[in-house]
Order: sequence, then structure tokens, then C-alpha cells
Amino acid sequence: MTLDRELVGRSYPPSPVYEVGRAKIAEFAAAIGADDPVHRDAVAARAAGHPDVIAPPTFAIVVTLEAATAVLTDPDVSLDYSRVVHGEQRFTHHRPIRAGDRLVATTTIEAVRSVAGNDLLTTRVDLATEDGEPVCSATSMLVARGAA
Amino acid sequence: MSAPLTAGVASGTELPEQVYRVTRADLVRYAGASGDFNPIHWSDRVATGVGLPGVIAHGMFTMALAGRAVTAWSGDPAALVEYQVRFGRPVVVPDDEEGTEVTVRGTVAALLDDGRARVDLAVTSGGEKVLSLARAVVRLP
Repeated sequence: MTLDRELVGRSYPPSPVYEVGRAKIAEFAAAIGADDPVHRDAVAARAAGHPDVIAPPTFAIVVTLEAATAVLTDPDVSLDYSRVVHGEQRFTHHRPIRAGDRLVATTTIEAVRSVAGNDLLTTRVDLATEDGEPVCSATSMLVARGAA
Repeated sequence: MSAPLTAGVASGTELPEQVYRVTRADLVRYAGASGDFNPIHWSDRVATGVGLPGVIAHGMFTMALAGRAVTAWSGDPAALVEYQVRFGRPVVVPDDEEGTEVTVRGTVAALLDDGRARVDLAVTSGGEKVLSLARAVVRLP
């Protein structure tokens, strides 16, 4: 099964708003063992110059994973999900995600390749506030391993 | 946590090595916090059924741990402005009290424009490299 190169550049409609909560940030920080008070204490975060608690750098995946289902449920994207693994991940932060952010995700297919019988699908999810302020771009490469 | 960085960061500066213990309980907690409930991260039956040696850590969990090593060094989670990894080899997490360990080493590979530095990371588990092309760009204070 090979992915159609025509898919490159395809964009999906913006996601519903994801409202970032303090409790979710604290939960995520605890799960990865990030104990910096800027993740759970608004006073400490303000002292460090942030309007509210900030998320650890990989928190963006919580929002982008959900947004990327737009690609995975696209009937034109034929991937065998039982054979899909996460190949690469990249984040570019314009500023930290913080509690109170109302984020909208826009997903684009960046690249489609076939390497050694494996299908490689690269998607970029751009996170911006509802008002259009860019916050983070997350690029994920998924590998669908070809049948051995 | 460490004290914020001061002057003196140069190409070749090494970050303090960090060793993180990873158990099944950590994977369950990460699944809940991240929303990634893929059963290969909690079910041996499913993991071995797709040809894995056993339950493996979420790649994004390993990436998060390696990110901690960078922010522990820089002293500021907001300073990590770019971060990328390639998931090379899975981190297998046995179902026992000890779990496994993930070791993160880092080196300042280059000083960039605008007071930023590129940090290259070497991330291993059980003596094997688990992430490759792991790089972070950090804004220096």
C-alpha cells in the first residue's frame, strides 16, 4: 500500500478550541516528573514572567495528537494502523503553552514517502490562539511498516 | 532543578548526565495524562502480538524525559524553543518493581545567533541508543 503523493499539502479545517487548564498541565508535568514550580504554581510562574502556569515543552502533543486524527480518519489516507509507529517528532515553540490558552489546531500533510517498503507520513499541526497568535508547530512522522 | 545558567556555556559544554527510572506505573500515568492509550504501552498480550519484545514506553514519554534533562540544565522550561527526536529503538519496560532506566547525556553542539545554543542529546536504555537525531535549541539567559 502506497500513499498518494497528491496528499502533500492537504490541510484540514481548524480544530475546535482546546482550552488549556491548570490541572491538566499539572497532571502532565507530574506524569513526566517535571517538578519545576512554573508548571503547577501560578505565583511561581508569574515570578518567572509568565501570565499563568506554563506547560512542559512536550505537552503540545496532548493537543496535536487529537488534531492529527483528522489525517488518520481521512479516507484518502490508507495506512495500516496496526503497523504504524512514531518515527520522528519535532516541536517549534513560539512561546510556552500556558493555562488559559484557547488553542486551535490546523493540520497539514507535509510529506509522503516510501522507503524500503515502509510508508512515511509527515504531518504538521500548527497551534495558535483563537485570536491567531502562533504558539507552537508540531511535526510528526509516522511509519507504517511494510509487511515483513 | 539546577541554578539558572550563567555565562560560560560554550560549544562542547556537557550537560549533567541524568538517569530516569521507568516502570509500568509511569507508563499508565503517562497514558492517562497524554491521552495516548495505545495498548502496546500497557498490555504484554498486545505488544507481543505485534512483534514487540513486551510493553514499551511511549516514544513521547522518552522524549519528555530527555527534555527534562535539558530544562534541568537550563533551569527554565520556557527556554527550550525547538526540540526534535527520531525514535530509533523502543524502550522495553518489564512488569516488575525495577522497570528500566533511561540515561540522558547532552552536549552543547553549537552556539547560535540570538543567544541560543544547540544541544545534542544521547539517550540510551539498557546500553542501547533509543533516540537518534535528538536535538534541542535552548535560549540562554
